[in-house]
Amino acid sequence: MTTGDPATGPSEARAVPTHWASLLWIALPLFLLGLAAAWLIGGDPMRAFDVGAPPIEKLTFEQRILDETGIRLSIRAGGSEPMSIAQVQVDDAYWSFVQDPPGALGRGSTAWIAIPYPWVLGEAHRVKIVTNTGATFELEIPVAVPTPAANLSQLQRQAVLGGFVGIVPVAIGLAFFPLLRRAGRDAIAFILALTAGLLAFLLVDMLIEAFEVAGEAAPVFQGPVMVVLSALLSFLCLLAVGRRHGAPTGLALAGYIALGIGMHNFGEGLAIGAAFATGAASLGTFLVLGFTLHNITEGLGIAAPLLRLRPKLPTFAWLTVLAGGPAIAGIWVGSLALTPQWAGLALAIGVGAIAQVLVEVGAYVGREQGGLKKAASPANVAGFALGIAVMYATGMLVKI
Amino acid sequence: MRHWLQRTLDRRRALGGALALTTGTVTGLLTSSRSVLSDVSEQAAPAGSAPHQGHNGAMDHAGSHGNMITVGEIDATRNGFDPSLMLTDWETGTTSVLADGRTLRSFEVTAVDKEIEIAPGVFFPAWTFNDRVPGPALRAKEGDRLRITFRNHGSHPHSMHFHGIHSARMDGIVGAGVIGPGEEFVYEFDAYPFGCHLYHCHALPLKRHMHKGMYGAFVIDPDPARHPEHAGVARSRLHGTPENAQWQELVMVMNAFDTDFDGENEFYAVNTVAHHYSRHPIPIARSKPVRIYLINVTEFDPINSMHVHGNFFDYFDHGTTLTPTLKTIDTVMQCQAQRGILELTFKEHETGQYMFHAHQSEFAELGWMGMFDVVEATA
Repeated sequence: MTTGDPATGPSEARAVPTHWASLLWIALPLFLLGLAAAWLIGGDPMRAFDVGAPPIEKLTFEQRILDETGIRLSIRAGGSEPMSIAQVQVDDAYWSFVQDPPGALGRGSTAWIAIPYPWVLGEAHRVKIVTNTGATFELEIPVAVPTPAANLSQLQRQAVLGGFVGIVPVAIGLAFFPLLRRAGRDAIAFILALTAGLLAFLLVDMLIEAFEVAGEAAPVFQGPVMVVLSALLSFLCLLAVGRRHGAPTGLALAGYIALGIGMHNFGEGLAIGAAFATGAASLGTFLVLGFTLHNITEGLGIAAPLLRLRPKLPTFAWLTVLAGGPAIAGIWVGSLALTPQWAGLALAIGVGAIAQVLVEVGAYVGREQGGLKKAASPANVAGFALGIAVMYATGMLVKI
Repeated sequence: MRHWLQRTLDRRRALGGALALTTGTVTGLLTSSRSVLSDVSEQAAPAGSAPHQGHNGAMDHAGSHGNMITVGEIDATRNGFDPSLMLTDWETGTTSVLADGRTLRSFEVTAVDKEIEIAPGVFFPAWTFNDRVPGPALRAKEGDRLRITFRNHGSHPHSMHFHGIHSARMDGIVGAGVIGPGEEFVYEFDAYPFGCHLYHCHALPLKRHMHKGMYGAFVIDPDPARHPEHAGVARSRLHGTPENAQWQELVMVMNAFDTDFDGENEFYAVNTVAHHYSRHPIPIARSKPVRIYLINVTEFDPINSMHVHGNFFDYFDHGTTLTPTLKTIDTVMQCQAQRGILELTFKEHETGQYMFHAHQSEFAELGWMGMFDVVEATA
């Protein structure tokens, strides 16, 4: 508009009406939309497609709480029309129940169903919800255990567990720092490549976990789409924030690695907490030790970018808390029956964070080695593969 | 761990209470159900108020089954039929005398598609005879000439297939009485043999037409003149006689509904509505003997049964004999289309609520249970 137009005068004269014109061009499409909506709702042309089929009904179970008052479930409706819960069966018997809030459930709305059912510890139960059309939705409780209550002693015990899963291994990993400092330039590159391998493993592991969890969410949340897009967004945001003052190196890079690993440990904590809540796993000592071994490598990864520096002890302390602490928070949140869409979102954000550090570690190694081609030396590729292999092998200890 | 173990023991006790309430004695019922509730809510219920959690408020008879019941009430007016009234609602048709002196008994039955409420808040797209499930309880006398005018106002082909003695032309199968929508057919045959029978639609696929609600009772009373050796018994069975009026006769059709069409029933009942007679016990005058015409039309499950608490009965399989086929039993089993007559009395019993239910616990807990309310005299 303004580039080299000789007729500057007329162009400026047009500027005022253009202002009003843009308003009009906003109003017109909106008006058309309103018109189309009014026609659809008022004229009901869709009636022609109504063959008398019953409405589509969809019900998702989001949270469940088992306690001394019985079974409480939070459900989310996803029908084409508001859905009414008519009756509730537990183990093939109708039981009285209280719905809160009562009444028909509109698309996407939630309610709690409280059933005064004398459930049996350690045994399986099946809850079946019958709607007014006779459609049924079933929830299996494979192992009934009381939902952990959020009291102080419970939180403390979970914090100790989270410490063993998150903080202890990271601290042990960082304790290799003095040893690693003796390494030469190529050895440091090797360790960084190993870190990249470790991060690659975590990325894949967490992405799959995010898809799995988000897949259990109600269809309105579009789980897999949400995972991909929020992971991408979190990746881009962290990348932008991290590169405000140029590509991160040294302490900043270590900080980002710790953050990404922390997000992953939060996810691990969620899974452990959920296992408690659902009775799916009783965490044996061996399993916890497995997590500790698995996560020691993470400490090594955080230490790698610091090898040229002389960080103080408090620096190591906050890096440890940043990377390991979220495991504790994860267990707390996970054991309190987090809804799948929120758990999926948290995991997806973690995926983005790990992708960001993976990119930054790669870029760092590239710069250090003078170009990506040189960085992809047989030794570094071996380091990358070793990182993945170590994580995979120690992962065997913790997968059930 | 010890804490959890303690919990387990508490749960076991609660479950024990729940079992006691389905099989326990009458006097134990109220107390045991309370103990379950108080265990669950950790507080004792005030005496005399049976707690109930349903959204339609308190119910008088929730005490006998604690929280194990469907919640709410059906709208009998909207349904157009009330299971309490169905128990004694006989359709005897219109009669005239034929040239040879025999009675011609005529019935009119219409097939109609209708959405019915089979449990509180649960609607089922049924196929009905005369707007009700089960269809009208037809009642005739042995030897009558029967003429049933059947009209199909439904959306699918239908028929009436009677369990009785008739010619192949009158059988109600494809090619012999299955008619399309808008058509009419007249079934004609003699009422033989006497007994407790049924009719149902025999259009195909049979399974779908059965479980959509197309069945009903078909009772032929014995003619005392033809059974001089048991004339008294026959008279007591013959509808309309003073001897018959001494009995309290109830017709119970055991049925079930597969509301999500997965080949398994979600709701079980007698006369369609799950738990109806739990919420509305059947009043029984203590002095009068009880005769139940019991018919099983349950689809998908091989058998159904009826068990009466605190009492025993004589059973006449198919009702085709005047002496019991099984004496002094308290549980009887029927396959689909099997039926029979139960005769029992509460004369020597104290008044109170006597439970009856299928003794497949699953059926009972999915709706097939009820109560007799034995009182000194009924209104």
